[in-house]
Amino acid sequence: MVKIIWAFIVGGAICVIGQIMMDVFRLTPAHTMSTLVVVGAILGGLGLYEPLVKFAGAGATVPISNFGNALLKGALEELNEHGAIGVLIGIFKLTSAGISSAIIFGFLASLVFKPKG
Amino acid sequence: MVGSKNLNLEQQKYKKFAQLREPKRPVLANCIKAFIVGGSICAFGQLLQFFYINYFGYTEKNAGDPTAATLIIISILLTGFGVYDTIAQWAGAGTAVPITGFANTISSAAIEHRSEGYVLGVGGNMFKVAGPVIVFGTFSAFAVAVIKLLFNYLMGGM
Amino acid sequence: MVKGNQSFIFESKPVIISSATVGGPLEAQGPLAEDIDILHDDPYIGQDSFEKAEKLMLEEAAAKALEKAGVNKYDVGLFISGDLINQIISSSFAARTIGVPYLGIYGACSSSMEGLAIAASFVDGQKVKYVLTGASSHNNSAERQYRYPNEYGAQKPPTSQWTVTGAGVCLLALEGEGPRVTAATIGRIVDLGITDPFNMGAAMAPAAVDTIEAHFRDLDIEPDYYDLIVTGDLGAVGHKIALDRFKENGTEISEKKFMDCGMMIYDREKQPQVFAGGSGCASSAVTVYGHLLNKMKSGKIRRLLVVATGALHSPLSYQQKETIPCIAHAVAIEM
Repeated sequence: MVKIIWAFIVGGAICVIGQIMMDVFRLTPAHTMSTLVVVGAILGGLGLYEPLVKFAGAGATVPISNFGNALLKGALEELNEHGAIGVLIGIFKLTSAGISSAIIFGFLASLVFKPKG
Repeated sequence: MVGSKNLNLEQQKYKKFAQLREPKRPVLANCIKAFIVGGSICAFGQLLQFFYINYFGYTEKNAGDPTAATLIIISILLTGFGVYDTIAQWAGAGTAVPITGFANTISSAAIEHRSEGYVLGVGGNMFKVAGPVIVFGTFSAFAVAVIKLLFNYLMGGM
Repeated sequence: MVKGNQSFIFESKPVIISSATVGGPLEAQGPLAEDIDILHDDPYIGQDSFEKAEKLMLEEAAAKALEKAGVNKYDVGLFISGDLINQIISSSFAARTIGVPYLGIYGACSSSMEGLAIAASFVDGQKVKYVLTGASSHNNSAERQYRYPNEYGAQKPPTSQWTVTGAGVCLLALEGEGPRVTAATIGRIVDLGITDPFNMGAAMAPAAVDTIEAHFRDLDIEPDYYDLIVTGDLGAVGHKIALDRFKENGTEISEKKFMDCGMMIYDREKQPQVFAGGSGCASSAVTVYGHLLNKMKSGKIRRLLVVATGALHSPLSYQQKETIPCIAHAVAIEM
């Protein structure tokens, strides 16, 4: 379970990068998250994100940067199987659990909860 | 962010004047808090993955799915109970960067707009804050995949 | 009567014969709670939405002001009101209930004094017997419209302010007893290039300074003519900037006599979630029409200058990379 320690460190570090983007570069949360996602996709394309996942486990998969990596990974997997159209087929393949849960449970939450401010 | 090239001299002078009198953001303290909370959320995710692999029969490959779903549900519950934003004020990027942040953007928007009905309110506004992440994630994955495709084609063609 | 470039003297000195204020949970825990007529501990006030709650607060304040004066609403010649919600629906829907001729105004957080200036002008110039004027704001309706959903986890910076949940209304009359509105200075738009919607204080301070200096220039009086000069919602950041700009311009304003409603309505130490202080139309409306008028009636303040400040941007203008144009309106109230 040494991996838990690396998960803590790497995950924490990615969050610090996000914090610096917001506090020092004055980016909005939306801009910060979008940038991290795009960076995740680029690093995934360069083959650098998967080694980070192997090394840090959830420290690399829980941050939103993994969203970009997973979108790309799905696209590439289907690209190998089905050629060019695979890019469109595979993008949401691996991220389905995350997006679907967010939408479904977000909707359920709106049935039950009211904003409290 | 507006570049200062669009501001006239008086405005630039005032911008500096105002910046000197602004309470400084505690950047170091914020980074430490973000590190602690963000790291803890990821460590917790690692623990969840361990449980899903060893007690629920998932593999290294697909344990990420139930882990993500679990973290998302927890975030949404905390958002619904009105405590997520209090934690987030302290933790900053520590709660925003992990997938918990994504879940919070969607659920907070859904909960907020219930007053305008389920179709136009909840349905129509749910992606208000999360939209950019989905749009730019999808588009960048597409762009990188296409670039990779072209690159392989060019290299293969030689 | 016009005085100088942008000021008006109301020769008949319209009287504020009554006023009433309503506040929410945070205001109830603040230092001015005793001067607020109606306090609510539920931000929904039992309504379905925050917007409907805000409308209700404005209606309550108007009804209370009329009750205190013993005036029937059908004797009121005009109702002038503004708020922060898109298309000022709080004011318009409250006007529907009140049922008298209505002028809806939008000055963002400067609405209270914009309304009082226009009301004084109708009473003094058109000899309208009674004019009801006020403003409202609600923390939760402002947050979801101008910034993010209320449960969203964005980290607010120390320059941000807390929109006051409340409403303040006063009844202005041709005759009667009470503090009198003697003059008003209408502000010009001042935009010194601030773009950060989480730092309204810095954006609005120059407008406040501009209008205050214009007021002294137009009326040819010194700052110490007033016992107190109070801004609407500059907050701690904007207040400091304004004081420094006065020094730079050589305008002698005593720090003891220059305060800000946003800093008065909350205890920033006991209520840290307000950061730099209160903001919103109700910041000035609730503080002035409650606490400060009470101080005038008890003789502690004889001459008051209220300078309500407003940031006139919208979420759209911000997204289109525009800067934040601001305005400040000053109204002089004297016993």
